Amino acid sequence: MSRYRNFRLFKGKLSLLADRKAALICLILFVITFAVFVISTGSGEMKIDPLTVVKVLFGAGPEMETLVIHSFRLPRIIVALMVGISLAVAGGILQGMIRNPLASPDVLGITGGAAVCVVGFLSLFSDKNHSLTVSIAWLPLAAFIGACAVGLLVYLLAWKNGVSPIRLVLIGIGISALMQALTTLLMVTGPVYQASQANIWLTGTVYGSNWKNVSILVPWAVIFFIIAIAAAKLLNLQELGDDVATGLGDKVQKHRFLLLILSTALIGISVAFAGAIGFVGLMAPHMARRLVGSSFGALLPASALIGGILVMLADLVGRTLFSPLEVPAGVFNAGIGAPYFIYLLFKTRNA
Amino acid sequence: MPNAIETKNLTISYGDTLIINELDLKIPKGEITVFIGANGCGKSTLLRSIARLLKPNSGTVLLEGKSIAKLSTKEVAKKMAILPQSPSAPEGLTVMQLVKQGRYPYQSWLRQWSEEDEKKVNDALKATRLEELKERSVDSLSGGQRQRAWIAMTLAQDTDILLLDEPTTYLDLTHQIEILDLLFELNEQNKRTVIMVLHDLNLACRYAHNIVAIKDQKVYAQGKPEHVINCSLVKNVFDMDCEVTMDPLFGTPLCIPYGKGRCILSKVAAAHG
Repeated sequence: MSRYRNFRLFKGKLSLLADRKAALICLILFVITFAVFVISTGSGEMKIDPLTVVKVLFGAGPEMETLVIHSFRLPRIIVALMVGISLAVAGGILQGMIRNPLASPDVLGITGGAAVCVVGFLSLFSDKNHSLTVSIAWLPLAAFIGACAVGLLVYLLAWKNGVSPIRLVLIGIGISALMQALTTLLMVTGPVYQASQANIWLTGTVYGSNWKNVSILVPWAVIFFIIAIAAAKLLNLQELGDDVATGLGDKVQKHRFLLLILSTALIGISVAFAGAIGFVGLMAPHMARRLVGSSFGALLPASALIGGILVMLADLVGRTLFSPLEVPAGVFNAGIGAPYFIYLLFKTRNA
Repeated sequence: MPNAIETKNLTISYGDTLIINELDLKIPKGEITVFIGANGCGKSTLLRSIARLLKPNSGTVLLEGKSIAKLSTKEVAKKMAILPQSPSAPEGLTVMQLVKQGRYPYQSWLRQWSEEDEKKVNDALKATRLEELKERSVDSLSGGQRQRAWIAMTLAQDTDILLLDEPTTYLDLTHQIEILDLLFELNEQNKRTVIMVLHDLNLACRYAHNIVAIKDQKVYAQGKPEHVINCSLVKNVFDMDCEVTMDPLFGTPLCIPYGKGRCILSKVAAAHG
């Protein structure tokens, strides 16, 4: 049996080539994602068996369980899933665009930009009694604006007859360091209460997510994800390098800009609702590459699912392991992520 | 014979350094043209500029009579393919996935894999004898196979003109010949115009119908190797003393450089009495 299967529909107006192995792996990942979703929904103070969880999801569960799942668990788990998907896809896009497996939202300073805005928001709108003068509901907007502003800033500073991947990384690392310094400065000079608030945000957590968050996050995540899948072709070209891509008739610079905007938007909506959860954007695409290869048509969906699994698991462990204490999901992602990053550095030292 | 490529008044510089100065060049259709010249003479720069990878400071490049600056980049990609110097494929990318990219100029968001695409990709794999290796990852191939995979990608692009920047660099002699033979066949069978930069003067003389020697930002000489390659050209273009004789196998010019080395002529003569 051939590894590929042709699809030609509507007299050849719609055609594509599917990789059977990659499709199978994505299907398996989807099943795992669903399983983790169900298990996570069933775990907590009140244990609910998976079958009941599924019944509740389809609107046929017992009243008590339905109440717990709907009001407390589902929003945060959906946010965890969406944030995982968005960060992983953003990381995949950046790695393809920059042609380096070590590229990630953190390295480019985009999450750092969001952090400065969030800490700035907390200190700017605090009164003498350390309580916020405006609604906390504006915080996601601040994070989103921060991410986008820095994404754009890095791009503009890297511009020199077009933007080369290496300049993008170097400028990104510089801006990232600057953002960290600014964040620390704001936290040190601000009130103590605000510093602890900011710290939880900086680690990344889906604690306190509600249906309103879900209703904003889900549509955007889905839209950006679909655009990313449509842009997979462009990423395949970008990964071959500027010369080859130009030779094949691609508008490299224009598409690089669009891809950067897309990844920034994905990072922006994630940090807006879950803070700076690190390493997902680095790990998920890299693991996906191991499983399905380098073609972005398969790589992006696989990364998305792995990202979703990683953040849901981190949240699950974070809220059950030390219960009743809540440990932010970001702690566990960093716990696996940092060693993974070192492993990657070690592995690519000769490349 | 009509020209595949023509440059008019082409000037290219890097910063303040002038690389190519008001260059007028005509490259004939259906032939193999090889750019030669000393390191840093601008032959690669010229090729990259013809391939629109580099914007000239002034002047124009005409592709089959039309300015490439005025054609859409996808239109250009259907007529002219370029293989840059030592390209690199991402880790794990298979030969099939690489060659498929050559169809990009013909594809759209909905039409991602037409019957024509499939046919051209299979033809390209066949011509480069990579059918057996198509599921292998590009980084696991040997140097020669890898270069063939990249050439297959440019063949899938289905263009009349093929540009290659030092396609034999880093290859051993066997694989250099293998690649050049492949390009020669492509020219013979399909009358493809092949334009490339080569370092080896003798191989250039063997495979090229048309040699372009570049020196001092200008074309120093152009024509059939047997007409243009001689001691004084090599001296002026490469600043090297040599004898030019005839290749005993092909009859094309063969350049033998002077210099130091183990001279055993007298011993050989004595042994033969």
